[in-house]
Amino acid sequence: MATAAAQLQRFHGARARSPGFWGMMLLIATEGSLFAYLLFSYFYLGSMATGPWPPDGPPSLKLVIPNTVLLLLSSGTMYWAESGIRRGLVGRLRAGLLATLVLGIVFLAIQGVEYSKKHFTPTTSAYGSLFFTITGFHGAHVFVGLLMIAVITLRAFLGHFRGGRHEAVTNVSWYWHFVDVVWLCVFTSLYLSPYLG
Amino acid sequence: MATVASPASDLALHERLLEHWETRPGLFGVFGTVDHKTIGKRYLVTAFVFLILGGIEASIMRLQLAHGDLRLVTPEEYNQLFTLHGATMIFWYASPVLSGFSNYLWPLLIGARDMAFPRLNAYSYWTFLLSGVFLYSSLLVGQAPDGGWFAYVPMTRAEFSPGLNLDFYALALILLTISTTAGAINFIVTVFKLRAPGMSINRIPILMWGTTTTSFAALFALPSLTVACVMLYLDRRFGTRFFDAAGGGHPLLWQHLFWIFGHPWVYIVVLPAMGIVSDALPTFCRRPLVAYTVVALATVTTGILGFGVWVHHMFATGLAPLAISFFSAASFAITIPSAIAVFAWIATIWHGRPVIRTPFLFMAGFIVLFVIGGVSGVATAAASFDQQLTDTYFVVAHIHYVLIGINLFPVAAGLYYWFPKMTGKLMDERLGRWNFWTMFVGFNLGFFPMHISGLLGMPRRIYTYPSGIGWDTVNLITTVGAFLFAVGVLLLVINVVRSRLRGAPAGPNPWDGPTLEWATSSPPPPYNFAVIPTVGSRHPLWEKRLEESGRSVLDEGPTLEAEKTTLETSPLDGQLTDVLHMPEDTLYPVLHALALMATFYGLLVRSTWLSVAGAVLVLALTIGWLWPTARALEEA
Repeated sequence: MATAAAQLQRFHGARARSPGFWGMMLLIATEGSLFAYLLFSYFYLGSMATGPWPPDGPPSLKLVIPNTVLLLLSSGTMYWAESGIRRGLVGRLRAGLLATLVLGIVFLAIQGVEYSKKHFTPTTSAYGSLFFTITGFHGAHVFVGLLMIAVITLRAFLGHFRGGRHEAVTNVSWYWHFVDVVWLCVFTSLYLSPYLG
Repeated sequence: MATVASPASDLALHERLLEHWETRPGLFGVFGTVDHKTIGKRYLVTAFVFLILGGIEASIMRLQLAHGDLRLVTPEEYNQLFTLHGATMIFWYASPVLSGFSNYLWPLLIGARDMAFPRLNAYSYWTFLLSGVFLYSSLLVGQAPDGGWFAYVPMTRAEFSPGLNLDFYALALILLTISTTAGAINFIVTVFKLRAPGMSINRIPILMWGTTTTSFAALFALPSLTVACVMLYLDRRFGTRFFDAAGGGHPLLWQHLFWIFGHPWVYIVVLPAMGIVSDALPTFCRRPLVAYTVVALATVTTGILGFGVWVHHMFATGLAPLAISFFSAASFAITIPSAIAVFAWIATIWHGRPVIRTPFLFMAGFIVLFVIGGVSGVATAAASFDQQLTDTYFVVAHIHYVLIGINLFPVAAGLYYWFPKMTGKLMDERLGRWNFWTMFVGFNLGFFPMHISGLLGMPRRIYTYPSGIGWDTVNLITTVGAFLFAVGVLLLVINVVRSRLRGAPAGPNPWDGPTLEWATSSPPPPYNFAVIPTVGSRHPLWEKRLEESGRSVLDEGPTLEAEKTTLETSPLDGQLTDVLHMPEDTLYPVLHALALMATFYGLLVRSTWLSVAGAVLVLALTIGWLWPTARALEEA
């Protein structure tokens, strides 16, 4: 029965999503759950609080709104880079990755500034513990995402990617978009929702 | 690229495939192998070592409780014993032992040459092993976890438990979740991408439905445990206030997070075991499983409903009656898919011609214990009744009927069933029967009376009780039964060791089984199948005798001998999509796991430099691991 070999020929070239892509999707699913449970904890303790929640009133939005815009922009530059290499544009890939890298680093730096302006610490109250743990977990994910981007930027300059071969770029871009979507959830929960009540 | 070969017994082909797939002998091979069969066997052996450790802890407890007012161990030692016993059995035995079966069997069941991510597979084993070593290293400093296996706050916060005990617990569990998550991702991608051509999703064995369901459940449930353990560790060592009522935290947050994870976990440690029975039982009934589709759907349904019942662990915490009613109803509902599986097994035996061998005995015993454990589960799902039973020995009886009945008995059946495949030797049938009856009688003698001591009001987790209040006899019977059961487990170990050394040769298919793993030699060659089969039905080896059946092709097809490759197929239909290059043996997984463990020891003793150095090493090794090989770049 030669069908298997014949099929091999037929399907060659029309490649399905790779196992690596599936692995990345499942990693995103489990990491997404992690943040869901963190936010569940935030809302649970908020609903159980006897005093005002957050204890010092809603957090300031002065730094966080521009920072959110920065992070969304970085998703745009990432998309620009990834769609570039899909068409074989290595220069656009390199430029887009570098821009994403810079935007991500600035995001972390601004978050650091915001931390230093807070009047509470992780040990002041459960709210403080939640605020720093949730934003800290997200920051750690941004940091890991930046490491990934740094590695594929290096690989882009080593000439590892071209039109039909850019799986690592695609996987990293999904991770980066995921980190941004998580930030929107964190931002909505921790910064915006207090203004609703 | 593939060639089409026939016949399969071509010796030159064997040599060429060995060249790519055989693990090199020596130390590098020991630590660097990515062969799923080696990893699967290591999982099984390691899980059994943990079973024996947990069994020793249980035996000491049963001696202490054999009579009232005994002073064999101190209360503090007793706390450590029951905590280690519970944590070991639930986390380091019950789930990993099933991962062992699945790791060993999956590629064989689907006609592949390895798992989708062989290096990740090795990594999940090493992190599993090292997380267990991490947990047990607590004994070296005499500070084993002592807060019970579910470690309720506030008792486990630093003010009431200042030692390292609960830090070992929290960090070891986080390490273990990393291992389990890696394994879950690997199982899911393997089942959806690596099945042999023609093996559509409705042709996979039920074990794969079980493990796939539990892998998804693990991906969504484990993060809850991770979050809980991170919070516990931060509360204890860095003074955060998550569970501190005085600081705006709440102790019930721990219980919610723990049980949101904990109840799906119950199904994680039973669904693959039920899958073992669904796949092995038909072989001994000489007919296919009754209602395959319904059993597969019941498996998935159970996995999903398992996320909606966690509050039944918290009926006594004073939650709103509406919440309690909802979760009570959901807990009743989840018995339906379980009952469906039970009826499918009974119908399979009823309509078959049962061949009573040791695996069959263990499976029949399992069905009995499953029903008893299920009934006591229905009892505790009734919120009003549960108020009386919470924290008594009735719950202890229930959990043991469920975990031993639905996990250990199918595991024993699975061992007897697949041992010939793994080793090429048959297990001793006579010793096997002694093994089964000792375990079955010992188990019921030991654990059934616990229902009674629970109804008499005996609380769990007390290190002794005054004699003469009517608890002595029932506890003595429990202790005698527990030791008889331990002898039964010992017989299993003896049978495994003895048969490994001088069992009768098994041949490729000693039980006349229907599925692909029996199509290759026992033990299978490193590359599993010389020819990748093309699957035409659910029972490739029974097609000749089953009338309405497709036709599989086992001895002709792609041989993929030019490089280390396996086939990739489409997720549902099993249509060929690509040829995948598989990684070589490598030390990255074991080194990565060691670096991760060093980081966790740094967190344990709060040594900044050790945790930072470990973390940097972890990141560096990750980059090295994922860096493309010269071959991958050449292809690009």
